[in-house]
Amino acid sequence: MARIEFQNLAHAYAPNPATLDDYALQPMNMVWEDGGAYALLGPSGCGKSTLLNIVSGLVKPSEGKVLFNGRDITAMSARERNIAQVFQFPVIYDTMSVFDNLAFPLRNRKLPARDVNQRVHEVAEILDMTRELQRKANNLSADAKQKISLGRGLVRKDVAAILFDEPLTVIDPHMKWVLRRQLKKIHQQLKLTLIYVTHDQVEALTFADEVVVMTNGLVVQKGGPEALFLRPDHAFVGYFIGSPGMNLCPVDLDADGLKIGTQHLQLDPHTLDALKRANGTLTLGIRPEFVRVVDESQSGAVKAHVLRVQQLGNYQLVTAQCDGHVFRAKVEPHLRVGEGAVWLKLAVPETVFFSNDERIAR
Amino acid sequence: MSKPVNQKAWLLVVPVFICVAFSAILPLMTVVNYSVQDIISPTQHVFVGTEWFRAIINDDDLRGALGRQIIFSACVLLFEIPLGVGLALAMPASGWRASASLVVLAMPLLIPWNVVGTIWQIFGRPDIGLLGYALNRAGIEYNYTASPAAAWITVLVMDIWHWTPLVALLCYAGLRAIPDAFYQAAEIDGASRFAVFRYIELPKMRGVLMIAVLLRFMDSFMIYTEPFVLTGGGPGDSTTFLSQYLTQKAVGQFDLGPAAAFSLIYFLIILLLCFILYNWMERVGKGGPATAATTLPGTEVSAEALTPVDTGDAHAR
Amino acid sequence: MVLELERVTVVSGAQTHLYGVDLRLVPGAINVLLGPTQAGKTTLMRVMAGLDRPASGRVLADGNDVTGVSVRQRNLAMVYQQFINYPAMTVFDNIASPLKLQKTAADEVKRRVHEVAAKLHIDHLLQRRPSELSGGQQQRCALARALVKRSSLVLLDEPLVNLDYKLREELRVELSALFADGKTTVVYATTEPLEALLLGGYTAIVDKGRVLQYGPTLDVYNAPANVDVAAVFNDPPMNMLVSDLTADGTARLPIGIDVPLERASARAVRRDDRFHIGIRPGHLRLAPRTPRSVAVSCRLELAELSGSETYLHLHTRQGGVDLVAQLQGVHQIDLGTQLDVYIDPDELFVFGADTKLLSGPEAAHGAH
Repeated sequence: MARIEFQNLAHAYAPNPATLDDYALQPMNMVWEDGGAYALLGPSGCGKSTLLNIVSGLVKPSEGKVLFNGRDITAMSARERNIAQVFQFPVIYDTMSVFDNLAFPLRNRKLPARDVNQRVHEVAEILDMTRELQRKANNLSADAKQKISLGRGLVRKDVAAILFDEPLTVIDPHMKWVLRRQLKKIHQQLKLTLIYVTHDQVEALTFADEVVVMTNGLVVQKGGPEALFLRPDHAFVGYFIGSPGMNLCPVDLDADGLKIGTQHLQLDPHTLDALKRANGTLTLGIRPEFVRVVDESQSGAVKAHVLRVQQLGNYQLVTAQCDGHVFRAKVEPHLRVGEGAVWLKLAVPETVFFSNDERIAR
Repeated sequence: MSKPVNQKAWLLVVPVFICVAFSAILPLMTVVNYSVQDIISPTQHVFVGTEWFRAIINDDDLRGALGRQIIFSACVLLFEIPLGVGLALAMPASGWRASASLVVLAMPLLIPWNVVGTIWQIFGRPDIGLLGYALNRAGIEYNYTASPAAAWITVLVMDIWHWTPLVALLCYAGLRAIPDAFYQAAEIDGASRFAVFRYIELPKMRGVLMIAVLLRFMDSFMIYTEPFVLTGGGPGDSTTFLSQYLTQKAVGQFDLGPAAAFSLIYFLIILLLCFILYNWMERVGKGGPATAATTLPGTEVSAEALTPVDTGDAHAR
Repeated sequence: MVLELERVTVVSGAQTHLYGVDLRLVPGAINVLLGPTQAGKTTLMRVMAGLDRPASGRVLADGNDVTGVSVRQRNLAMVYQQFINYPAMTVFDNIASPLKLQKTAADEVKRRVHEVAAKLHIDHLLQRRPSELSGGQQQRCALARALVKRSSLVLLDEPLVNLDYKLREELRVELSALFADGKTTVVYATTEPLEALLLGGYTAIVDKGRVLQYGPTLDVYNAPANVDVAAVFNDPPMNMLVSDLTADGTARLPIGIDVPLERASARAVRRDDRFHIGIRPGHLRLAPRTPRSVAVSCRLELAELSGSETYLHLHTRQGGVDLVAQLQGVHQIDLGTQLDVYIDPDELFVFGADTKLLSGPEAAHGAH
């Protein structure tokens, strides 16, 4: 297992990048601890797959260094780095049986047959595939094939890290639950360094100890699920995490609070001070989970007009419009929310404020 | 499942049907007719039943031609398939080099077949041919008009030169269809170049290889023009293959009856061998443990259909 | 358009893809086909479109039998999961192509293309080729091409599945808005229960070539007709417990608790039957909700935090049953902790020995 470190790492496809826009991956420094589970989360084209390929050695970065346990491995090939990768669609050797598939990496490294045998059986046990070992790999379902891909990574005892590139893309929603559970168990059992690339926030947040959120080649925040959820450093994190994401509304300061359109939102003096000291466009961010739908005017609430109420089993999603700004709120499944006017309490402890899209600490 | 029935399409088929009827089915019926007749002259013919078929089976010359033909086709497949695969593997995957090598590779395929024969006929001549002259100067006794071995080798090399590019092109297309991730996974698994070939490339080329083998087998079994122009079937009859023997019989000797009978048998032999070959290859693909993949490259776990197309990183990779 | 399928069966070689499907779609509404992969949703859509002919049965459009009618003569549009656009044409020409086939006048074509492109926010991309667009934009182009025809039937086969989840959220909202006017019958295939709930309308549960239930989405959600429907229409999957009936008419759950059954359910189940009791993950709580709530002692195997929710994978002490609980909010609990979760008997789904629903919690709370 390895502690992975990035020093001034950046990657641009063109030879002489002039501006930050020319970079597929903007310069960054980061440390991933040995045995940790990390997720790279972001929309398509954000650079997460590029970063993953730099770690695996399939792409050589145009700038900076990658270190495994303090050793500079930037120039090493994928084979020499001793990592394992699971791809979006199952990559298996379809001429071989499941056993031979799992044994392949070990046989290539010339391990004695007895060791190979023992190790393959151990890994098959972990993956709950002992019964399928003699079957032809080609005839299995997609999730079983992905398990084989994963198994080929686990079978090497000295593997530095296991990298996952959107591995659950082709899996049925039902099987996703089973596989995620197995992956987490494997992580706890074997204490491997796992790096998981996805655009699905649920997968990222449930899988990783820490999530690296990226957009347009830039690392925007690195933190645990709770930190990302409650204290997003950047408005993008607020928007991207959470389904639906954070309500983001541009606001203006006035005497003792905020103005949203024509409405006034009262704030406590402490928060007001922090906002006054900030220079830049102000945005209010509040997650639908924290917006409270109340019956009448209260301090910290604004009047809004209900556009839509959707029953979603565990909660109701209320979409309401306040002076041209749309807010979404998650409320109890059994709360009666009528059509027409409601009051949304927006000034709650969980509300965050952004100045030029960066969070104002309070 | 069937598409909604639309009878009007049959009308479009009628002209083709008429053409095929005139050019293939009626002549075929004529051949069947001739094969059971003794044609003494254009106006005189006698029904002889299966006499010609019996004669053919006992004809030594025919057996000789058939034997030579089988050896020839076997050699062709033995050399051209591995060579074609090797060429396809060696060709660059993209860029101007790929286009250039495709063009160069395809050139032998564009030459009219009798010209191919003529080229090699001159090429191999000991007096004015580059190859013939050079070999004899180097001390190797080479004369394809005198030595059966030399004639055989020349015909084989000519066929390989002419047709290996077809195998190479087919395999090249098959190789390009393999998604990158397989190579990446193999590299991560520490697979040697040979292991990559054996476990990834060869299984995924199965579909195109099957086409290549069938095509080359059929064509080589029916070969006529090139060896005829090159050696005329000689020296003696050492390079007289089946179709030339048939033509000699029918056109040369105007013995239409036996020739017709033999054509039918020829047709049936090819059909039978192709059928066996095809089924064997299918079975090798589908049945048993540790055998080749059943699907054509890219169809089963279709990367294109399953991965989010909106992965901008995939293009950047 | 009122689209009806009568006893439609689709067979391909030795395999039956659809077994005698009877379905009458509600016109002008969004009809969701919900089911796992390979359930038959695409086959069903292809029969509706006229791309495939059923082995037996009829397809009726507005009362007319269109079973043999080719798709070209039907008034419908279809959008696929792989963003299908004509690669050599610009976005404008792509969207205009159905209108040109119908021989619409050029200025009318221009007006309608601009109108639809504006609705889908791609009016600034009309001169680009599909290969120059992002995935989301390509799918919008395909959608625009489907909508410009103003057909009375639009079929969408998992159109958002190849997009980022955030793009998916945005497009879903837009799709609902696009079809809100009620003039088009929409059929939308998906594997995700949440999408069905978000789109609303009506849902047909498709599983293993059969339509198991069809009705207003919330009704199907709150009252799944049988165990299979409950399995399909819940993500995370519903906890299913195989239970027995005791002598005094209570349900004995394998997790060591007895729950009183409503008299109607108790009568329907015979003494020796084994039947299923379903508990939604969202109904397993850390604190009792009512005085009737029953505690179940469990060990925490795994906790998954997804920001707004926490999923607990539990292993019960009695019976060793694996349960999944879904809690709102972030709960940091150590692995291996012994804790109690509470079940409210009013929130149980009781399925009879024939797997059909006998009673469920919807009646107790009143529908919205």
